[in-house]
Amino acid sequence: MTALVEMRGITKRFPGVLANDHVDFVLEAGEIHALLGENGAGKTTLMNILYGLYQPDEGVIYVKGKPAIIHSPHDAIQLGIGMVHQHFQLVPTFSVAENIVLGLPSRREPFLESRRQVHQRIAEVSRAYGLTVDPSCPVWQLSVGEQQRVEILKALYRGATVLILDEPTAVLTPQECERLFDTLLALVQSGKSVIFISHKLDEVMAISHRVTVLRDGRVVGTARTQDISKQELARMMVGREMRPIEKPPAAPAGPVIELHDIWAHDDRGLPALRSVSLQVHAGEILGIAGVDGNGQAELEEVLTGLRRPSRGRYLLAGQNVTHASARELFAAGLAHIPADRNRFGMVADMTLAENSILGMEGQPPFTRLGMLRYREMEGHCSRLIHEYDIRAPGPAAFAGTLSGGNAQKLILAREISRRPKALVAAQPTRGLDIGATEYVRRKLLEQRQRGCAVLLISTELEEILALSDRIAVIYEGQIVGMVDPACVDIEQLGLMMAGAVKEVCELPPRMPAGPEGNPIEGRRP
Amino acid sequence: MTQRAALSTTGQRPSTAMSLLLKGSPILAVILALLLGALIIAAVGVSPLAAYQAMVKGAFGSPRALTQASLRAVPLLLISLGLVLAFRSRIWNIGAEGQLYMGAWAAALFALSFPDLPPALMLMGLLLVGFAGGALWGLVPALLRAYLGANEIVTSLLLNYVAIFWVSYQVRLPMKDPTSFLPQSAVLPASASLPVLPGTRLHMGVILGLILVPAIAFILWKTPLGYRLRVVGSNPNAARFAGINVPLHIIIVMVISGGLAGIAGMIEVAGVHHRLIQDISPGFGFTAIVVALLGQLHPAGALLAAYFFASLVIGADSMQRIVGLPVALTEVIQALVVLFVLASEAFRRRVRRVVG
Repeated sequence: MTALVEMRGITKRFPGVLANDHVDFVLEAGEIHALLGENGAGKTTLMNILYGLYQPDEGVIYVKGKPAIIHSPHDAIQLGIGMVHQHFQLVPTFSVAENIVLGLPSRREPFLESRRQVHQRIAEVSRAYGLTVDPSCPVWQLSVGEQQRVEILKALYRGATVLILDEPTAVLTPQECERLFDTLLALVQSGKSVIFISHKLDEVMAISHRVTVLRDGRVVGTARTQDISKQELARMMVGREMRPIEKPPAAPAGPVIELHDIWAHDDRGLPALRSVSLQVHAGEILGIAGVDGNGQAELEEVLTGLRRPSRGRYLLAGQNVTHASARELFAAGLAHIPADRNRFGMVADMTLAENSILGMEGQPPFTRLGMLRYREMEGHCSRLIHEYDIRAPGPAAFAGTLSGGNAQKLILAREISRRPKALVAAQPTRGLDIGATEYVRRKLLEQRQRGCAVLLISTELEEILALSDRIAVIYEGQIVGMVDPACVDIEQLGLMMAGAVKEVCELPPRMPAGPEGNPIEGRRP
Repeated sequence: MTQRAALSTTGQRPSTAMSLLLKGSPILAVILALLLGALIIAAVGVSPLAAYQAMVKGAFGSPRALTQASLRAVPLLLISLGLVLAFRSRIWNIGAEGQLYMGAWAAALFALSFPDLPPALMLMGLLLVGFAGGALWGLVPALLRAYLGANEIVTSLLLNYVAIFWVSYQVRLPMKDPTSFLPQSAVLPASASLPVLPGTRLHMGVILGLILVPAIAFILWKTPLGYRLRVVGSNPNAARFAGINVPLHIIIVMVISGGLAGIAGMIEVAGVHHRLIQDISPGFGFTAIVVALLGQLHPAGALLAAYFFASLVIGADSMQRIVGLPVALTEVIQALVVLFVLASEAFRRRVRRVVG
């Protein structure tokens, strides 16, 4: 029996990076095949080649046993290959149906097809795979999960028999994930095949029939999912055993960040922070737990000078910085790892060297006598690349070429290199793979050991529990509780995050704890 | 500048052939435009060879031609240097024409108000006043953009007409030369004539332009100010995050860019016409936008592009005189160059995206 899709010896080089190195990949009919690997392992590149977005430098692709030359997504679609990208390609003001037929020839050119017929055909496809969505609804009104369904419908409507999904669960809630998985199972039952790109072991174990692991552009191995354990997969993916993060006992000292009765509005002018008071001490990590959208973004902005509080007092190392600008806070010793790193942390079309001094450009040694010194900049950047193991061609590469994990490492490296007194880290591991996540967490703990006051804002409860010395729960702009991660009841914490329980008690910073500390495993799959 | 070149050659380009094509695409565009122009010239019954020969001879054939082209290039160069800075910061100053007019007006008013100043003081004064005239005119859209978020493309464009009609009013009523029927001011005092290089007709503006080319490159790539401007242009959010005062930098850029256009206006008054006239600029402020883009938003590129455009105009004049080509056709050829250059930009962007 011939395979549905067979990719042999695929090699793709980008300047300075070997993205795919003689990769072999075989997709059988009727299977869900997971493509597992860390960020930058070459998963998306490989699938972009199959979808005709890139041309391979070497290698051949066979579809149903015949050699296929795929110059463009159009060719791919002709061969029955459809792809749903991580970032959706929909027109927000168009209806679902309009988006689905967009770019397809009408059956009665030059007129559009009758709306009724299109809706009917969409409804047939939706019903078959449980992809319920109203064809007449404009896309901007849909939730992220529904938009994804539209993307899948788009591919199926074009007759796709192979569906490539790039990190489909990254944007979904757990409930939406369940639904997606049901859809995928329905698809393979009807004889279609699915390629599922992911770096999450859990999902891969739950949904795939077979799994191919990529690392550094090479295939580490392919296995039937039922024959392999999560631990083995993790080792294949990362190339080594995961070590649990050792968390040495905290030694908190005096308060560095102090908020007293802080109020702030969001962009629409509605109250977003309501009387927030908290303290972060030198040498501790204070975690802010909460469901996304409960004032975390505004808290981050107030702390870093990007948003003015409407009331209250903010002290940094005893200095009143309530109305300080971002630059003044920077000078006072505050470092910031922004939640949206591509929008705020990086300048994509400037070099790594230039990015590595963002915010420090006017200071020695990078500026002397009013002149920028490129040699110092590049030296600084090379040191960071080396010390933080950033995978990049060199300081002269453009920041836009970095993968997510490496971009985050560079931001982290830049911010920590200033030896800050306080560090605000917002969603520092969002979208990162296991290796990078573990690395970032270690670095945050290192800062705590150095005596830095770390405020960690994260929607990942596991991360908050693993790193924090104290946890503040935020709900609708209020701190509704302070808990000790060593003796917290997860259920209780969940109820607080949902706003069901309020526990307005002050928890003092925990003084040096017992030697057992709080060891936790690396990201538990 | 050299630093920048070194940085960009170390690895991000797809292949040498492709990179040559990408780098050379504006030149290729100019060649293609001239080829298409040749077809049009042939279509009206003139030999394209003879026409282009006349054009080249008119632009480069004699010291006089070279001088004329250089003088014509000065305002284009000064303005486009300011625009390089502005466009790199992604601030779209479309108001250079008006800024030029205000600089010209301020300079003429100054020279006529203080005719007895010694030449050295007069020149200093003209530079300052010319700069200030253009800078203030640039400041208006800058403030509107920085603090109210008004689109500077619209405001700066509309302010052009205000400035042009303001000058028109000035030379018809308050500043009109009573001894002339034409809408123009009185002749400026002799002390307000820009000094020329001995033995030539090249005035000081040429030198000023040549000094400013490396100066603007220095600001962009060797100073923290230039670094910040590039961050503001590439990613305003990152600029805010890094504590860069974005409104302040918008203002700085518009003041410099407006000021340079103002100096260009002053030079037209004090170096060329020696009085304020109604049509002091044949659209230098608009042509300079194309010059800045053709020069790849690089100061050295702007120098080449400014000289190229000036030569095109001077050459077109003689093409018209010698082979009798209508003026309109010479303008068609200029427009073709502009279109092809813009198209080549789009092509470059497309190739970059495909290559990844």
